[in-house]
Amino acid sequence: MPKDGGIGASTKRREDVRFLTGKGRYTADITLRGQTYAWFLRSEVAHGKINSINTTAAKAMPGVLAIMTGEDFAKMGGNPAGWLIQSRGGETMKEPKRPVLAHGKVRHVGDAYAIVVAETLEQARDAATAIEADITELPAVVDMAKAVANPANRVHDEIENNVCFDWGWIEDNRAAVDAAFKAAPHVTTLELVNNRLAPNAMEPRASIGDYDSGTGDYKLYTTSQNPHLSRLLIAAFVMGIPENKLTVIAPDVGGGFGSKIYHYGEEAAVLAASKAINRPVKWVADRSESFLSDAHGRDHVTKIELALDKNGTFLALRTETLANVGAYLSNFATVTPTFLHGTLMAGPYKTPLVYVNVKAVFTNTAPVDAYRGAGRPEATYSIERVVDKAARELGLDPWELRRRNLITKDMFPYTTPVGLAYDTGNYQATLDKLIEISDKKGFEKRAAESAKKGKLRGLGLSTWIEACGIAPSNLVGQLGARVGLYDAATVRVNATGNISVMVGAHSHGQGHETVFAQIVSDKLGVPASSVEIVHGDTSKIPFGMGTYGSRSLAVCGSAMIKAMDKIIAKGKKIAAHMLEAPEADIDFDDGAFMAKGTNKKLTFGEVAFSAYVPHNYPLATLEPGLEETAFYDPANFTYPAGAYACEVEVDPGTGRVEIASFTCADDFGTVMNPMIVRGQVHGGVAQGIGQALLEQAVYDNNGQLLSGSYMDYAMPRADDLPNFTVDHSCVTPCTHNPLGAKGCGEAGAIGSPPAVVNAVIDALHRAGHTHIAHIDMPLTPSRVWSAMQK
Amino acid sequence: MSKITVSATVNGDAADFVCDATETLLDVLRDRLGLTGAKEGCGTGDCGACSVILNDRLVCACLVLGAEAQGAKIETVEGLANGETLHPLQRKFIEHAALQCGVCTPGFLVAAKSLIDHNPDPTEEQVRYWLAGNLCRCTGYDKIVRAVLDAAAEMREANHAA
Repeated sequence: MPKDGGIGASTKRREDVRFLTGKGRYTADITLRGQTYAWFLRSEVAHGKINSINTTAAKAMPGVLAIMTGEDFAKMGGNPAGWLIQSRGGETMKEPKRPVLAHGKVRHVGDAYAIVVAETLEQARDAATAIEADITELPAVVDMAKAVANPANRVHDEIENNVCFDWGWIEDNRAAVDAAFKAAPHVTTLELVNNRLAPNAMEPRASIGDYDSGTGDYKLYTTSQNPHLSRLLIAAFVMGIPENKLTVIAPDVGGGFGSKIYHYGEEAAVLAASKAINRPVKWVADRSESFLSDAHGRDHVTKIELALDKNGTFLALRTETLANVGAYLSNFATVTPTFLHGTLMAGPYKTPLVYVNVKAVFTNTAPVDAYRGAGRPEATYSIERVVDKAARELGLDPWELRRRNLITKDMFPYTTPVGLAYDTGNYQATLDKLIEISDKKGFEKRAAESAKKGKLRGLGLSTWIEACGIAPSNLVGQLGARVGLYDAATVRVNATGNISVMVGAHSHGQGHETVFAQIVSDKLGVPASSVEIVHGDTSKIPFGMGTYGSRSLAVCGSAMIKAMDKIIAKGKKIAAHMLEAPEADIDFDDGAFMAKGTNKKLTFGEVAFSAYVPHNYPLATLEPGLEETAFYDPANFTYPAGAYACEVEVDPGTGRVEIASFTCADDFGTVMNPMIVRGQVHGGVAQGIGQALLEQAVYDNNGQLLSGSYMDYAMPRADDLPNFTVDHSCVTPCTHNPLGAKGCGEAGAIGSPPAVVNAVIDALHRAGHTHIAHIDMPLTPSRVWSAMQK
Repeated sequence: MSKITVSATVNGDAADFVCDATETLLDVLRDRLGLTGAKEGCGTGDCGACSVILNDRLVCACLVLGAEAQGAKIETVEGLANGETLHPLQRKFIEHAALQCGVCTPGFLVAAKSLIDHNPDPTEEQVRYWLAGNLCRCTGYDKIVRAVLDAAAEMREANHAA
């Protein structure tokens, strides 16, 4: 049994009362004295040459305080890509400058080229309409295949063929992989699209710039998943101001899913505008701006081939992918389709030979970057679809085919042919658990019941793995990362014994304030209610890398453990002094310091108080205070894994797919708060079902976003989804972090899309539509129905 | 542009405010009355984050003009709890962990209250259809639906006991 409020308890979320009573404090809820309002003027064309921008009339409009255009920011630095990728031939990727605001050219619909600041938002918006921008529209580069094939048409004039990089992983394995394919008894080939998604955190991006002319300090309130990274990028790369003169505060943030990892130009623009007018400048995106300018996700076109022998043993796997990066490189845009995608192409399988080729392509569309799962959903979808297709071609049961090829538990640690070392896992266990809890045995009966209603029932599965806990700095440094990927925590024991923990991770729905306090309570033996978790303010927290890639617990949680180890070590010194016992004889257990072999004992609170009232301390050997900081850099990625089953009912008259049930059996390592973990899986699965059935960000041939509102972009709603069955009782603790935690935030979004599509294809095959090998996501009624008519 | 003077009742209290003719009820609540619980998730009535109850009817405050609130009775998330005592919906949302980032939550609570006001004994399907006007990107709705059903059951029991 978990300790009350400790690790493993389903502690209720302490964040919730403020959110449930309307007291959450999100960026848009903040009003500063003297606040002004910004409106960004955005390109209406996908590609255009800016000839001139005349702001004279606009500046004379009522209430207007400042108008700045891209030219005003031209001397500033660019917003850099976080990873430098090398192409197969050894050349370095192309990295065009991404300015604060566009100048010279606009490169996607929604590309901001001017900021208007006024006393009211309406005045700013009205003035924006009076700006005369002379922009010559140029042909738009939208389709990736055409972008690569047509050298005349360029998103960036200096980049031929619009190719950012042409990456091979692992290039040295290519010949062996090709040879295996030549010799293979059976090859299954599949071409598929991983549909482009708009992340759609329910809170649109927002930023308030607040420059203090008295001190020269800048303050930025912004919707960020990683305030320190934003500060570093803005200060050091973009604006060229001292890092210590900028405070970035990400208060309550309403969901991110990747889209709020990145620094965006609007943040620098409101800071610069605030300095220019010496008043706070607030910008809140409307939903249309979110669709047009938030970094989108996925958007891969992939050819995948799987070589098998007659028994279904996987011999080799090979992929070729075009990955859209949009008009500019967003911060994680280059790592997402490469090291977060190609390195996962072994999946949970023993496939001995794997080769991945990815060409990243610039287009006149919004930047594309990491979205929940980031590369790993793309990898999993490709693998799990081709495995299913192979099973059909060979006449094998897709469940059995997977089981034959899964890495077995005696094979760990297991090094894959794509460069990862899986430390631990038990993929058969999660598959067995799935078979049990999804009542696979009862499927035929349910299918018969569906048939009575005139519905086609199908069953699909996926067995998936991901790499989380991003990431070992030494490794990522070798692979081109421009940052380290440790995290940090400061544990401050206050004089009265309660504890403030300042963390580098950022909570925007994950429940860190609750779970991190559970960890502290468990480790230090203090009530969780006496622990406060502080995050999101660079003036308070140590330099950590924020929250994404299911890393908060595995990396920041481990930093907390390290810091608490130091607290305990210091506490032992203090206790030794107070109890007049040798330090080596002091034990710490469940909140008390004890001298071995005696009944002398001090509570944690007594030691804390003494640390701050050190009246008789031997100051040469014992320092007052009880506060420690630790940085934790992971030794490896963590590898959550699991198996998902989906049952669908297809209406043969309309092609409409209904999710009848969705079941997840996951191994997340040691679980801190089961209630929160279930919620994370639910949310991920909902996004995955959204990708599989509903969502797609669609551009027309001119680069106009057709799905730019909730009337056109189909988000999963309450009546689209069932209740979910989730289980995380199969546990193989991570072997290299002190919590044994692997991370759970992205799992649902990674494992679910192929399970849904496999289920639909299964339903159609069972109904005799055996010619349907594949339907691209989203599986809308129109696509499914059309496939059935062929 | 001349301003409009409006008198309404918000969460049981008299609220007088002055607004522009073009100002939405959502802007009035957030910017003039300091009630920032209702959120703007889309501004087009598609996400329900700004849900409030206007004269016993569930509306998107972004689609109502402030001036239309003259004489109206408005309920927002801020009025759900009775002092420190949470509304059963709020308690059940905590018990089920039916929220994550919290942005859509005020809208869901208000929409769910409106549902239970109209139909104290909804089925799961009725809850899902009623709440289909509210978008949540975090939870997948599972726990929200369970929390609403649970709260409705508890409220029925309390009414029965009374």
